Amino acid sequence: MRPPRARRVAAIVLRHFYLVRGSLSRVFPLFVWVGIDMVLWGFITRYLASGSTFRFSLVTALLGAVLLWDFEARVMQGVTMAFFEDVWARNFLNFFASPLRLSEYLGGLVLSSIATSAVGLVVMLLVATAAFGLTFAAYGALLVPFLLVLFVFGIALGITGAAVVLRLGPAAEWFIWPIPAVLSPFACVFYPLATLPAWMRPVARALPPSYVFEGMRDVLAGRPAPLAGLAFGAVLAAAYVVLAAWLFRTVHRYAVRTGLVARYAAESVS
Amino acid sequence: MSGLRKTYGSIVAVDGVAFDVAPGEIVGLLGPNGAGKTTTINMVLGVLAPDAGAVRVEGRDLATHRSEVLEHINFAAVYSPLPGNLTVAQNLRVFGLIYGVRRLGERVEALLAEYDLARFRNTKSGVLSSGEQTRLSLAKAMLNEPRLLLLDEPTASLDPAAAREMRARIRGFAARGGGVLWTSHNMYEVVEVCDRVLFLSRGHILLEGDPRTLPGEHGKASLEELFITVAREPLSLEGA
Repeated sequence: MRPPRARRVAAIVLRHFYLVRGSLSRVFPLFVWVGIDMVLWGFITRYLASGSTFRFSLVTALLGAVLLWDFEARVMQGVTMAFFEDVWARNFLNFFASPLRLSEYLGGLVLSSIATSAVGLVVMLLVATAAFGLTFAAYGALLVPFLLVLFVFGIALGITGAAVVLRLGPAAEWFIWPIPAVLSPFACVFYPLATLPAWMRPVARALPPSYVFEGMRDVLAGRPAPLAGLAFGAVLAAAYVVLAAWLFRTVHRYAVRTGLVARYAAESVS
Repeated sequence: MSGLRKTYGSIVAVDGVAFDVAPGEIVGLLGPNGAGKTTTINMVLGVLAPDAGAVRVEGRDLATHRSEVLEHINFAAVYSPLPGNLTVAQNLRVFGLIYGVRRLGERVEALLAEYDLARFRNTKSGVLSSGEQTRLSLAKAMLNEPRLLLLDEPTASLDPAAAREMRARIRGFAARGGGVLWTSHNMYEVVEVCDRVLFLSRGHILLEGDPRTLPGEHGKASLEELFITVAREPLSLEGA
């Protein structure tokens, strides 16, 4: 028999599975928007590649970057969506007045996100490879750390978003949805970090995805694999997860001290 | 519960509340709106941290053993329905896992039968009538066979027949050794169900005693009359 801790994590995952399984409006967003993104950027890439003189595959560089950035956004939204389900169902009192520990709750949100973002990733890979000939062969085994850094940072963003909504109330979810779009100019998804003006570079260097996308471009350009930068990005991403978990715990403690959990629907931010 | 105190800025919501709930005992927590009942219950449930005082269940402090203590507590409250987008059976399974219920499948089936919910097994909880939702909340509250059960106006949305059945179930739960902390504005059912009542007024316990004899001890004809006095003229009972 599994220990209680695992059972509680499983409860959060099971809750989300029940919700997704029984709802087309929850299943469709898992793959429809990312699928459309692949089609759109696939055609843009094909158009730009025609007559281009790039020394590397534009499909791999551009469409691959879009795919990986979408993957990170799906990971983040996987966490926040699972959290928002509790917001919308006004379920905090039931969960937070139970033996469920915060680590178990967040663990359940992360596992739910792994499942939902994996669906999006598979669909993106299918569309991008089948329709536009995308291949990640040029990256070799480096693709694994690339994905891992983006995944871990996506988890950190998701937990941070959940903490913000727990603190500010249900309407604050509109601060959370645009986060990937707000970060994308700094994350160097489509262009080298050197392209950015000086004031944007420190922000870019503080974002783990910029190391991934810089690394991808290095590999495609035939330069040595950027292992040191990637390692730094991984450490940074892990640190952000720890910080995000600390933030969530701090906000939860505040919510318990002030009674915010018990009267959450009132959207008090005092 | 010992010395519980909670303030919101300059407002003292609960001040020095202390009481025990013995195994098998049903304790009524009474008082007018704003007296501090829900604040007290929220502190017992661990969703509101007291400024002072402690909640202990079987000797364990909620502040230091939160998860372990909450394994032995459960609650039902009209303001905290189970997620309406899960079915009745799904809700019981999810919360059964959270409360670490052994042989969960059997337990869920037994509760579906006991609370007359079997025919709603695959019905989304949100479309149940308020009475059916109350039965579901109580079934969830019984999942872990808690040592302490908190009920915040559990019969508020039930018709008289359903409320009577519910009271019988709660008495049966207490007879098996569970302690119950019950809030209600229905003095008739408090007299029928509770072994002891605590009257809260302005955040502290004003009166305590047997609901059947307490009114007479204070020159009142009924518990309802005593309640009205607590609500309107608490000072006349101070030090009683």
